[in-house]
Amino acid sequence: MVRHFDSELQDLRDGLMAMAGQVEEMIDLSQAAVSEGSSGKAEEVKAMDRLVDEQELKLDQACIDLLALRSPIATDLRLIASSLKIIPEIERIGDHCCNIARRVPYIHPPILAGDALERLAGETRGMVRQAVDAFVNGNAELAREVIAADDKVDVLYVQIYKDLLRIMLADPLCIERASNLIIVIKNWERIADQATNIAEEVLFILEGVNVKHPYLHQPEG
Amino acid sequence: MPITDHQEQKPVKLRARNLDFSYGDKKVLDGISMDIFAEQATAIIGPSGCGKSTFLKCFNRIHEVSSEVRVAGDLEIDGVDIFRGGIHEVELRRRVGMVFQKPNPFPKSIYENVVFGPKLFGVRDRDILDGIAEESLRKAALWDEVKDRLKESAMSMSGGQQQRLCIARALAVNPEVLLMDEPCSALDPIATAKIEELIFELKKEFTVLMVTHNMQQAARVSDYTAFFWLGRLIEMGPTERIFTNPRDRMTEDYISGRFG
Ligand SMILES: Nc1ncnc2c1ncn2[C@@H]1O[C@H](COP(=O)(O)OP(=O)(O)O)[C@@H](O)[C@H]1O
Ligand SMILES: [Mg+2]
Repeated sequence: MVRHFDSELQDLRDGLMAMAGQVEEMIDLSQAAVSEGSSGKAEEVKAMDRLVDEQELKLDQACIDLLALRSPIATDLRLIASSLKIIPEIERIGDHCCNIARRVPYIHPPILAGDALERLAGETRGMVRQAVDAFVNGNAELAREVIAADDKVDVLYVQIYKDLLRIMLADPLCIERASNLIIVIKNWERIADQATNIAEEVLFILEGVNVKHPYLHQPEG
Repeated sequence: MPITDHQEQKPVKLRARNLDFSYGDKKVLDGISMDIFAEQATAIIGPSGCGKSTFLKCFNRIHEVSSEVRVAGDLEIDGVDIFRGGIHEVELRRRVGMVFQKPNPFPKSIYENVVFGPKLFGVRDRDILDGIAEESLRKAALWDEVKDRLKESAMSMSGGQQQRLCIARALAVNPEVLLMDEPCSALDPIATAKIEELIFELKKEFTVLMVTHNMQQAARVSDYTAFFWLGRLIEMGPTERIFTNPRDRMTEDYISGRFG
C-alpha cells in the first residue's frame, strides 16, 4: 500500500539532502579560501550559513509536525527521531566552516609546506559526503566506513598540530599564523566528528541499534 | 518460527504451546506458542480474522459452547493444563475473566450486575456482597460515579461506564487474569482514555491479555505486544521494541500502516 506519509518522509529526506549539499559546498569553499587566502571566498562561506540556518528551522518544524500528526512507529519513527539529531549536526558543520573562514585573514603567507591541509580538508569533506550518501541511500556499509575514517582524520590532525608547534618554537614570527591554523584544523577535525555522528544515526535508522559509545557495552575492567 | 524475546522476571501466568484451533475444516490458529507473564499487560494485534478473539476465548474455554471445534496443543494457567480437565470450567472462568468489545451489562441494577458472579458462587451475606460491590467498583474506577445510584439500571449508564461496570463485574469474583477483546472499540476518546488508565492500574494486580486494533493503544498500555497473522504468531516482544524496532517485515508493515 502506498502511503501519503511516504511522500512526506521523502520530502524530509530531500530537505536534509539539500541542507547537507549546502554545507558540503561550504566545506569546499572554506578550504579554497584557506589555501588561496581569498577573503572573497571567506565572505561567501559566511553568507551561505544563513541559508543553512533557515533550512534547519524548516526541517526541525517538519519533523515536529510529522511526529505530532503521523504518530510514526518503527522505521518511520527512527528516521524522524534521527533526523532531529542529524539536522543540528549539519548546521554545526556550517558553523565550523564559518569559523574557518574567519581565520583566513590571519594565515597568509603560508607557513606549512606540503599538502597536509588539503588532505585534512579533503578527508573531512569526503566523510561528510559519504555520511549523507549513507543516509540518503540507506547504506550501512558506507556509514561504517565513515566511522572508521574518523581515526585517519584524528591522526592527520595531530600530525599537522605537531608540525605547527614545531614551527612556532622555531620562529616566533609564525606564531600568529600557526595559532590561527590550529583553529582551522581543529574545526575540520570537528567536522569529521560531526560526519561520524551522522553515520551513527544512519546505522540507528537502518538497524535500530545505537552504536554510540561502544565502551559502555563492554564489560568493565 | 516466530520471533519472540523478553527479559521478564515475572512468572509465566498463561502458556500456549503449539496451539491449533479449527472450526470444522477451517484452521483458525496454527501452532501458537506464547508465554503471557503475570502482572503484565500483553496486547495482541493483527488484521481482522487472524484469530485474536479465538485465541483469547481458548483461555476460558468459551469456544466449547460451539460445535465442530477441534483443538490441539497445550494451554496452561500457572502450569496447570486448561484443556484436559486440569481445572473445572466454572473455576477456570472465575480465575479468567473476560470483557468484550461491546459493553454487555445485564438489564439489572448496577449493584446486581457487580454481585452477579459472587451470588452465583453462593455468597449470600448482604454485608459481604456490599463490600465486594464497593471494592470491585473502586478497582474499576467507577465507584465515585455510581455510589449514589447503585439501584439504578445499568442500562442508564454511558457506554464507557457500562464497560467499566463489565470490568467491575469480572473483578467481583476475584479473578487472576483479565481477557479483554477490543474493550474500547465502541467507546469515545474520553471513555477510552479512562479504560486505558484503568488497564494500567489493573495490570499491577492481574494478568491482562487484550486485543486491540488501535496501535497507539497497544503502545500506551501494554508491556508486551504480539502480532498475529493468518492464525500464526509472527512476532512477540516488549512493546517498546516492537514499536521502535520490529524484526519481522510483516510486523513493521502492519504497525506502520503499510499492510495490504
Ligand atoms: N463460530 C465460528 N464458526 C466458524 N468460523 C468462525 C467462528 N468464529 C470465528 N470464525 C472464523 O475464525 C477466524 C478467526 O476469527 P476471530 O478469532 O474472531 O478473529 P479476530 O478476532 O482476529 O478478528 C475468522 O476467519 C472467522 O471467520
Ligand atoms: Mg476479534
